[in-house]
Amino acid sequence: MARKGILIDINRCTGCYNCFLACRDEHFGNDYLPFSAAQPLNGQFWMRINEIERGKFPRPKVAYIPNPCMHCKAAPCIAAAKDEAVYKRPDGVVVIDPVKSKGQKEIVNACPYRAIHWNDEMQIPQKCTMCVHRLDEGEREPRCVESCPSGAMYFGDLDDPSSEIATVIKAASNAGNSSKVEAFHPEYGTDPSVLYIGIPKRFVAGEVVLSDNSGECAHSVKITLEGNGEKRVILSDSYGDFEFEGLEKNTDYKITVEKDGYATYKTQIFTKTDLNLGEVVLSSLK
Amino acid sequence: MTEKVFTNCTNAGPVSVYVKDGKVTRVRPLVADQKDFKPWVIEAGGNKYSPKKKFNIAPYVHGERRRLYSDERIKYPMKRVDFDPNGERNPQNRGKSAYQRISWDEAISIIASEITRIQNTYGGSAITGMTSSHHNWGIVGYKMGPFPRFMNMLEFTPVFDNPDSWEGWHWGATHTYGFYWRLGMPEPYDMLGDALQNAEMIVFWSNDPDTTRGTYTGQDSSLWRTWLKEKGVKTVFIDPFHNFTAGAMEGKWLAPRLGTDTALAMAIAYVWITEELYDKEYVKNRTIGFDEFKPYVLGETDNTPKTPEWAEQESGIKARVIRTLAREWAAKRTILSAGARGGEGGACRTAFGTEWARMMVLLQAMQGLGKPGRSIWGTTMGAPSDVDVWFPAYADLQGRMSTAKIAKHRPANPTKQRLWRLTLPEAVLNPPVSWYGEGFCGQSLEQQFKHFQYPMEGYSEVKMFYRYGGSFMGTLSDTSKWVRMYQSPKLEFIVNQDVWYNSETRMADIILPACTNFERDDVGEWGACGGYTCHASSGANFRIVVREQKCIEPMWESKSDYEIFTLIADKLGRKEEFTEGKSELDWCKAFFDSSDLPKLIDWETFDKKGYYIINIKDDYKPTPALRWFAEGRACDTPDPNNPKRTVPEKANQLGTFSGKIEFASESLRQYFPDDDERPVSPKYIPSFEGHHSEIFKKYSLQLLSPHPRFTFHCHYDKHTDWLDDIPVHRIKKDGYAWWPARLHPSDAEPRNIQNGDIVRLYNDRGSVLCCAVVTERVRPGVIHSYASSAKYDPLSPGNADSIDKGGCVNILTPSRMVSKNAPGMTPNSCLIEIEKWEG
Repeated sequence: MARKGILIDINRCTGCYNCFLACRDEHFGNDYLPFSAAQPLNGQFWMRINEIERGKFPRPKVAYIPNPCMHCKAAPCIAAAKDEAVYKRPDGVVVIDPVKSKGQKEIVNACPYRAIHWNDEMQIPQKCTMCVHRLDEGEREPRCVESCPSGAMYFGDLDDPSSEIATVIKAASNAGNSSKVEAFHPEYGTDPSVLYIGIPKRFVAGEVVLSDNSGECAHSVKITLEGNGEKRVILSDSYGDFEFEGLEKNTDYKITVEKDGYATYKTQIFTKTDLNLGEVVLSSLK
Repeated sequence: MTEKVFTNCTNAGPVSVYVKDGKVTRVRPLVADQKDFKPWVIEAGGNKYSPKKKFNIAPYVHGERRRLYSDERIKYPMKRVDFDPNGERNPQNRGKSAYQRISWDEAISIIASEITRIQNTYGGSAITGMTSSHHNWGIVGYKMGPFPRFMNMLEFTPVFDNPDSWEGWHWGATHTYGFYWRLGMPEPYDMLGDALQNAEMIVFWSNDPDTTRGTYTGQDSSLWRTWLKEKGVKTVFIDPFHNFTAGAMEGKWLAPRLGTDTALAMAIAYVWITEELYDKEYVKNRTIGFDEFKPYVLGETDNTPKTPEWAEQESGIKARVIRTLAREWAAKRTILSAGARGGEGGACRTAFGTEWARMMVLLQAMQGLGKPGRSIWGTTMGAPSDVDVWFPAYADLQGRMSTAKIAKHRPANPTKQRLWRLTLPEAVLNPPVSWYGEGFCGQSLEQQFKHFQYPMEGYSEVKMFYRYGGSFMGTLSDTSKWVRMYQSPKLEFIVNQDVWYNSETRMADIILPACTNFERDDVGEWGACGGYTCHASSGANFRIVVREQKCIEPMWESKSDYEIFTLIADKLGRKEEFTEGKSELDWCKAFFDSSDLPKLIDWETFDKKGYYIINIKDDYKPTPALRWFAEGRACDTPDPNNPKRTVPEKANQLGTFSGKIEFASESLRQYFPDDDERPVSPKYIPSFEGHHSEIFKKYSLQLLSPHPRFTFHCHYDKHTDWLDDIPVHRIKKDGYAWWPARLHPSDAEPRNIQNGDIVRLYNDRGSVLCCAVVTERVRPGVIHSYASSAKYDPLSPGNADSIDKGGCVNILTPSRMVSKNAPGMTPNSCLIEIEKWEG
């Protein structure tokens, strides 16, 4: 047994869409039976890119979450399919049989990741196959992984500790919070074989300004964040900017900005969205 | 079914083309034998940096198959229905009338007889013609191949290209540090190694390399920036748009008001001068004219010290931020990345954009340009590269069939008359026109001061326009004037030859279908432009020369450009003169034989295998760009077009008149000493269409229209509908793929514009419909919408003043040049208003 998987490092993804377009080139108009029927022109995003704009001017961020079929270990689409129209191969790849799945629209709706697309003309559900037709011919990796220029995608056997993907996952897991390997939406409970590093959470940004010295940036000012059972202390950077990244969503945090000789600034935030506090002006006590 | 795999190359990467039963089924990054790669290794900070054994092509190249079979292909020769060469020509209906299919025989007969008639009536100079760039790859079939060879035979009036992507560098930076033989770009040698080993900070100023990709080298440099980010090199992005490189690298973002970058640069110089944070020894020994520059910065000549507070008023960037940036720049080894090739960037395509480009060079001079980690580098070229193996590139004289020594017949054009691309419509509609500058002035600084007037004495005005390609509605400036030009009766005959229907195609009288480089034989090196961008293939991790194999027969009735010109030449009785009896494959082999490749691989093997990878030698020694100059040594970089390099007493000099970096330009002083728009020493001059302009009261939004992310200029847009599923590129709504226009919520809200609304961008020059993208990534007061839509879709076809639905935002941009003596385009000096479009 094996478990083919893809690891996507979102910190390295530049949103070039090479993976999406390579997928389209491989599958548009090309049948690879018995694994997949041709991808039609419209409505098919086997490698969908979720572009996420975060934060407010002038401190925005952008992230991309490539979102193919997750090839889940506990795949809801398999459970939803009749006549074994969706099955898992011994190598872990989840395949929708283009013949048996005809008319089974419920397979589309079974996927919490919206990774299955309905082909209206053929009346079949379709999705990423990890290019199994190619892997079976001896190719090393799917087209999406092959086309990635920035080293953001790894492909291999998750169950083989000597594989590159397993090695990278192990190293990342040892490296700390920012490179934590995780599933996208683990709450769905489907145990995906596509894993991620750097799924964006929430961040709060701001700029410290000193009321009596606004012509100079307020660097090295102490900023404390408390909440969700953690406390972080940082110093503002050379521009007076500060940022706390990787906060939990929809959570209360307290931020304190303090400097000797200035009134301490305190605020409560709730991370419904990413936040930019803008200029945080510390008033001089002199 | 039989499958065959061919090799080919594109303008953004080498590919393997899979063909089954005569149909292309897959276009994949070229699959090379792993044993053919010998990756270089750069050691820095205890790490070893080395690329994977693969080619990272640009996104749109993955859509090549779709473009090949596009419904937008020109399939047959066509004639405008109301064009009769022997009767009514109805030029006023160009852009409006329908077309009918005609035979190749008829098309060639009409063209040949029109050429003959016009030559006999007015002389060869009455014929003009020009190509678009970048739509295919391969030196045999490229625009500099068959087209000029044929047109020179006709003794036509050539149209000078303007340096559209790097105006300010061409017309400005050359007078500051030379490099006219690179049209104002710095040499790129070994800058990747320098960055990894020495840089502590990179200032990306008006530069989005993840989008513009070092011109031709696809995504190969993407990994370099990943390395630099993960190495902890700090980054700063100065751009009114939070661009895609900024998104990937997550540095400090400064969003100045458009057209004020020079003010920002002056304030940085002010901080350095007043706080003594510049390299005084370098300024003393490697530059001249600092004593003329410094008093202006300090305000001694105009009572306006260029303080950060002053620059804050102009640019909107806080004075404290400018101060901090200046100090960090001086304190850290900082690379200035001011455009994809070092220079370029939207800030140089503005009113007085020369001044910004000159300031970029001068700022870096104040920090010791050429010293370790203190370069001007776009982050897209300068990988270790073996330049000793020579293979011709399209812009090399030896890479063009009209000028290469391999040609027995090299047709020289005796016609001295010239046209200027940006003013071709004015030249036709309202002559005379005049300008300074001999096009791409890569031979000398003096070329920029040469005066031209059209029509030239002794020559005819142009009567026939042979247009190859045609995307100007989306790529030049104030482009509705092109519709007016096309409808002029003064143009008696217009041909358009192209692979796809582009924005100008349906303005012609006769349309000819050309084929792609997948349907003919060619040869070419990935990323190599040659000529004025010598050694550009160092933007790729591996040099690779590709035998571009004919994968399928030309589709429908399309033909290769070479064959089309052969047919016309034959009709004119000049076939032998044009072809020398050579097929395209013969030319491929002749170019190959003229190169260094035969020492490394024989033709038969190369022809069959389809590629050759040129790896670096084991004893490769880096020669970082401009290190020689900084250290006062003779030039040791392999820049063959540097004319001083081989002159012993001048080998340590730059290409300026003085041989040094010029804070006060000796070349400008000699030729235009009193020019207040491109002064001897650079100045900040408020934009002629900016926030100080009278018209700002009426049109208060600034249009920023940079080079696009998912196309190569216009190419691949419109003809590759897969791209329409990328919302950064186009947005599908109500059955139409709209061009996005990005605006800040604070501009959207008072205009009642919601994300996804169709909006009209307009000013006195025209109106363009786009799809609104409301975003925090653009500075308030700025509308960001990429240039280069290929789709000109006027609601009222044939009416130059029509609203365009296709997204050609350059309809809105001004005709006015960079300055009175610098004839560059200024699309980023454009004021508009925007409203929700109710239809």
